Amino acid sequence: MKVAETSPGFAFEKAPEAEGWNRPPVIEPDGEGELLEVSMGPHHPSTHGVFRMDVALDGERVIRLKPVFGYLHRNHEQIAETTSYLSMMPYTDRLDYFCSLSNNWAYALAVEKLVGQAVPERAEYIRVILAELTRVQNHASAIGFLIQEMGASGTPLMYAFKEREKILDLFESLTGSRMMCNYMRFGGCRVDTSAAWLEATRKVVAGLPHFIDEYEALLSENEILMARCQGVGVLKPELAVNAGITGPMLRASGVNYDIRRVDHYGIYDRFKFRVPLGEHGDIYDRYMVRVLEMRESIKILEQALKEIPSGPVMDAKAKIRGFRPKPGEAYGRIEAPKGELGFYLISDGGNGPYRFRVRPPSLINLTVLEDMCLGHNVADVVLIFGSVDIVLGEVDR
Amino acid sequence: MVTTVDQIFVILQHWFVGYLPAILQPFAGVLLNVVAIVVTFPALFAIAVLLERKGLGRMQNRIGPNRVGPYGILQPVADGLKSLTKEDIVPFRADGVVHFMAPVVLVVVVFMGFAVLPMGRNMTLVHMDSALLFYFSMGACTELAIFMAGWASRNKYSLLGAMRAVAQMISYEVPLLMSSVAVVMITGSLSLDKIVEAQNHYTWGLPHWYIFTPWGLLGFLMFAVAATAETNRSPFDLPEGESELVAGYFTEYSGFKFAEFFLGEYVGMLSISGLGATLFLGGWSAPLEILGFMPSWFWFFAKIMLSICVFIWLRGTLPRLRQDQLMNFAWKFVLPMTLLNLFVAGLWRFLGDGWVRWVVCSAILVLAYVFVGRAEMHRKHYGPRSYRYAE
Repeated sequence: MKVAETSPGFAFEKAPEAEGWNRPPVIEPDGEGELLEVSMGPHHPSTHGVFRMDVALDGERVIRLKPVFGYLHRNHEQIAETTSYLSMMPYTDRLDYFCSLSNNWAYALAVEKLVGQAVPERAEYIRVILAELTRVQNHASAIGFLIQEMGASGTPLMYAFKEREKILDLFESLTGSRMMCNYMRFGGCRVDTSAAWLEATRKVVAGLPHFIDEYEALLSENEILMARCQGVGVLKPELAVNAGITGPMLRASGVNYDIRRVDHYGIYDRFKFRVPLGEHGDIYDRYMVRVLEMRESIKILEQALKEIPSGPVMDAKAKIRGFRPKPGEAYGRIEAPKGELGFYLISDGGNGPYRFRVRPPSLINLTVLEDMCLGHNVADVVLIFGSVDIVLGEVDR
Repeated sequence: MVTTVDQIFVILQHWFVGYLPAILQPFAGVLLNVVAIVVTFPALFAIAVLLERKGLGRMQNRIGPNRVGPYGILQPVADGLKSLTKEDIVPFRADGVVHFMAPVVLVVVVFMGFAVLPMGRNMTLVHMDSALLFYFSMGACTELAIFMAGWASRNKYSLLGAMRAVAQMISYEVPLLMSSVAVVMITGSLSLDKIVEAQNHYTWGLPHWYIFTPWGLLGFLMFAVAATAETNRSPFDLPEGESELVAGYFTEYSGFKFAEFFLGEYVGMLSISGLGATLFLGGWSAPLEILGFMPSWFWFFAKIMLSICVFIWLRGTLPRLRQDQLMNFAWKFVLPMTLLNLFVAGLWRFLGDGWVRWVVCSAILVLAYVFVGRAEMHRKHYGPRSYRYAE
C-alpha cells in the first residue's frame, strides 16, 4: 500500500522552511488492504453547502484529505469590475449570507478609505451595534451547527436559532430584510434607527446572557461533548499564523489577534471588552472561544446602546451622484465573525473599481483543514470542518 | 368483570376459533396470533413515530407536525402513503436480490421476537422453555440484515455504516446477554413466562421486581445502555451517523424499503423495551398491588411506551459518541460490570433471605462501580477548562 508523499492539497505546494511548518503530516495506514476513497460532498448533509472532501480512509481513519471547492463560484469579483461602487453593496450581502452587515461594513470601510470619507458619530455607533449583533447570531448558529454535526438531533441548533430569529427580526425592522440587509453606505448608513428600534434592541440584548447561560448549562460540560471535542483537530499557533488563519480559530490556538484591537477601525477603542484566548487549539477551544466572544459582544452592545448619540447617520458631504474616486488603492478590513474580512480596491478614476478583491476568512481558514483532519476518524472530520465555521458563499464567491 | 377485561383478547380468540371446524383450529389460532402482532405493533410504531416527532419538536422549541388531521395525529398515515407512492430506486451496480431482501429480513426477524414476549396474563403467543435464547437468536439476525443492506448497496457510506453497525451491535450484544443471564440465574429458567411469574408477587403492596435488588438495578442500567446501542438509537446512532455517513447503511434505500428499515428500527425498539420490562420491570405485573385491578396488558404496553419516551428524551439531549469511545465503553466498563453482576447475582441466590445479602451485594457493586469508574476517570484526558483573556 502506497500513500502519496506530497499531499494533493490545494495550497502551499512549496512550503517555506519555517518553524512549525512541517505540513501536512503523513499518516501511514496500519494493516493490509486498499484504502477506501470516499468523496464526501458536494451533496452531503454536513458540508454547509456544496463543498467536497476527497477522503482516503483506512477503516475509519483519514489517511488523505483533499478539499475541493468552486461549486458555488459566481464571479463576484468580476461583477464588481463591471459595475459601480454603490451597486456592489448588495452583492457583498451574498458573500457570507449569515453576516451581511459585517460584509457591508468592510466594503464601506474600503471605499471610505479610498475616497477619504468621514462617518458621523451616530452612524459609527449603529455600525458597531449591528456588527456585534451579527457576531452574536453568527456564533450562536455556528455552535448550533457544530453540535448538530455531533449528532445532537437539532436541539442545540434550534435553541440557537430561536435567539438568532430575534436578532434577524431586529435587522428586518431596521433594514427591511432579514439576511440581505444592504444597509451601509459610503459615509454612513442608509436610514436612521428609531427610538423604538433601540428599545427593542436593548430588550433583546438583555435577554442574551440568559440564553448563553442556558446553552452552556446544556452543553459546555457535557461529557460526550468534551470527549468528542477535546484534543481533536488541534491547530498549532505557528501553523495558524503561517497559514493566515484569523478570527475565533486563531484565537482558539492562543494567538492574541483581534482586528478590533489591532486596527482600531470604527470606534472600537471606546468600548471595554476582552479577547478570550484558547490554549490547546482544538475543537473545544474553538467552541468556547465563540461562547466567550458572544459574552464580550453583549458587553460592547450594552455600552454602545447606552452611549449612542443623536445626530445624522449620513455624512452631509458624502457624494452620491457622480461617485468617481481618484486613482489609487485601498484595503479595508474588519473583524468579521469568521475572521479577517478585507476588501481591496483599485480605482482608475472610473465609476466602478478597476480591481476588486475579497479576502474571505472562510476560505483562508479552510486551508488548514487537511492538517487538522489527518489521522482522525471520519466522524471527527465533519466536526473539525464544522468548527472552522465557513459559509460556502464566501469560500467560492 | 376485572378478569374479563384482563383476558379479553384471550376470550375473543377462543370465541372466534370456536366457530371453526376442529381440524382448522390450531392453524387459525396461530394465524390470529400473527395477525394480532402484525396489526398491533405497526400501530404502536405509528404512535411512537408521532410521539417522537411531537416530543422532539417540543424539546426543540418547535411545534412538530400539525398539518395532517387534528394536532397532526394523522401524520403517520400521510408518511406511510408517501413512502408507498415514492419511486423505488436501486443503485445501478447494487446486488438486486440482497438489496431487496435486507429490509424484509430485518422486519421479519424483528417481529419474530414478539412470539415469546408475555404481553399479559396468559398472553404469550408461543410458550417456549428457552424463550430468552430464541429472542436473542432473533435479535442477532438484525445484524445480518443491516450488513446485507450495507454490502448490497455498493455505496461507501452504506458500507461504512454497516461496518460500524456490525462492530457495535456485536459488542453490545455481549453485555446485553450477560445482564439478562443474571435474571436467568435467579429465576432458574429461560422461559419469559416464568421470569414474569417470579416477579409477580408483592410485599406490603410493593412488587418484587428485579430492578429493586442491587444486582437487578445494575443489570437494568447495563441492559438499558446495551439496548440503546443495540437498536442504534442516539447517542449510539453511529451506523446511521446522519452528519457523517448521510444515512449510514440505508443511504441507498428509498420508498417503501426505507419505510421498512424505519419500521424495523422502531419495532426493534418496542421489542427490546418489552424484553427489558419483562426481565427487570415485572413484565405485565402492576407496579402496586392496589393497581392490580387494571388489565395486565395495559401495564405491559405502558411500560413499553414509557421506555420509548426515555429513548426520545435521550435523542433530544445527547450528542453522538465516536466509534472508539463507544467500543471502549462497551468493553472496558459495561462488560466488566455485567460480569461482576453475574457473580453478585450468584451471591444473592446463595446468601438466602435476610438483610445480609442486601448489604453484601450492594457493598460489592458500589465498590466495583467506584473502582472501575475511577479507572475510567483516570484514563480520561478531558475535563472542564478555564480560559484566559487578553486585555
